[in-house]
Amino acid sequence: MLQTQELQVNIGPQHPSTHGVFRMLVTVDGETVVDLKPVFGYLHRNHEQIAEANTYLQNMPYTDRLDYFNSMANNHAYAMAVERLAGIEVPERAEYIRVLMVELTRILNHASAVGFMINDMGAWQTPLAFGMREREKILDLFEMASGARLMCNYFRFGGVARDLPPEFIPNLRELLVALPAYIDELERLLRDNEILLQRAVGIGILPREVALSYGVTGPVLRGSGIPYDVRKAEPYSVYDRFDFDIPIGKVGDVYDRFLVRIEEMRQSKRIIEQVLEQLPDAKGGHINPKARQNVRPPVGDAYARIESPKGELGFYLVSDGSGKPYRYKVRAPSFINLTPLADMCRGYKVADIVVILGSIDIVMGEVDR
Amino acid sequence: MPEMSPAELRARLAAALPDALVDVAPLAMTPPPAHGPQPGMFHPPDPFVHPDHLVAAALFVRDTLGYALLSDIAVVDYLYAGCFELVYRFYHPSGGPGIVLRVRVPRDAPQVPSLTPHWPAANFHEREAFDLFGVEFVGHPYLRRIYMWDEFEGFPMRKDFPRQGDKYLGGDE
Repeated sequence: MLQTQELQVNIGPQHPSTHGVFRMLVTVDGETVVDLKPVFGYLHRNHEQIAEANTYLQNMPYTDRLDYFNSMANNHAYAMAVERLAGIEVPERAEYIRVLMVELTRILNHASAVGFMINDMGAWQTPLAFGMREREKILDLFEMASGARLMCNYFRFGGVARDLPPEFIPNLRELLVALPAYIDELERLLRDNEILLQRAVGIGILPREVALSYGVTGPVLRGSGIPYDVRKAEPYSVYDRFDFDIPIGKVGDVYDRFLVRIEEMRQSKRIIEQVLEQLPDAKGGHINPKARQNVRPPVGDAYARIESPKGELGFYLVSDGSGKPYRYKVRAPSFINLTPLADMCRGYKVADIVVILGSIDIVMGEVDR
Repeated sequence: MPEMSPAELRARLAAALPDALVDVAPLAMTPPPAHGPQPGMFHPPDPFVHPDHLVAAALFVRDTLGYALLSDIAVVDYLYAGCFELVYRFYHPSGGPGIVLRVRVPRDAPQVPSLTPHWPAANFHEREAFDLFGVEFVGHPYLRRIYMWDEFEGFPMRKDFPRQGDKYLGGDE
């Protein structure tokens, strides 16, 4: 009988595979993970308190910095929360533009998530470049519409900051033509590589009931086989007008989560095509002309949630009748999705940790806030 | 998709757990201004639960009503009224709007029983609330600071936390 001894090892905070400054205190027995404690807060800037010192509109660019991959999605959730609080109507055309932007964000996020995962497995740089390739084109579209590539700050209360420029739609159509082949290519990178399959299939299994009890959302929950998507569960904006499916996984391992992401990109493309069909008939302009941007909502509270690419992103706002939020709370999907990390890693090898973490798809700007 | 209004939830809770519900008065959020219009009172429609019965109420929501997704626990500091309000938000896995339970605890003894031993989804929410507001969740298995470092003094999201100064940055003054 071989004598073994448990060791405590820190992975991170400075580690290329932790997607930012994230530390895992891992107890290992040889190569096998016995326990894991996530430690974070290295990027904590007390986002919520800073937001309480700002006016409602000042927080709009600040939400960009939460999940810096998906600034459009963050803008959407925050704008919806303030609109509910202050009772602001959004014109139809603005809703379509919002959906368009958020679905583009979803494609961008999932493509880079797949690229980063293959990167985490040790296939340095080249697959990541595949993942980032179409992202550039989507960022170009964002730049056309909002003037910025990453920190878009595009949404306003009651609509979006400016209408789509004339060259936007032709460029988007060009992108949509190229997209199916690109998604297929990404999927082949996942499906046809035997090394990758060995690293991903049957790793980090999160069973259905466990996933539910941990309150995870987004592709992690759907990868475990629960078809829960806020876009269908509680349709917001104009999502009830589109025809799309919710892909789910079977076992809930790393591989399933990535196949769900690949399929979601296809569904997002379907939604964008339907937006392009319906956009010319949409009523109203890009913003409600009566909506005041320096809002002073009545006393009360409001919660709005959207299906951000990483899961359910919610904003809880409490107003005391002044121009600044009394309470501003972010329900960050990356943060909550980390709750079952220890359970997912237990019993697997140290090398699997980075793959499992990559499959949750976290962004530290949102986890630490 | 199930839909349950706050009034219906209150009725179901009152039938199942008669002691759990408490009545709260509308709450003033800020001191009345010296002049100008008085701000409104804050009075949400959701049921308020007594802290002692919180775990039973949450498990009733999960096991009997089927709202199995614990989505959010938000703490609001009502400094002027002298209480913390915890807002628990639950969703049904088959969709529909969520339901909300609220708990009020006094600011000077903020103690709430922990949901984590029964419902692991509450883990990080409760640690965050403890870290930023100092709400103590009795029975939590690992109630440690989650964002701030362990030696940090004070609870930064409380409304009376100093917004400026270097008290917490410069070591022993």
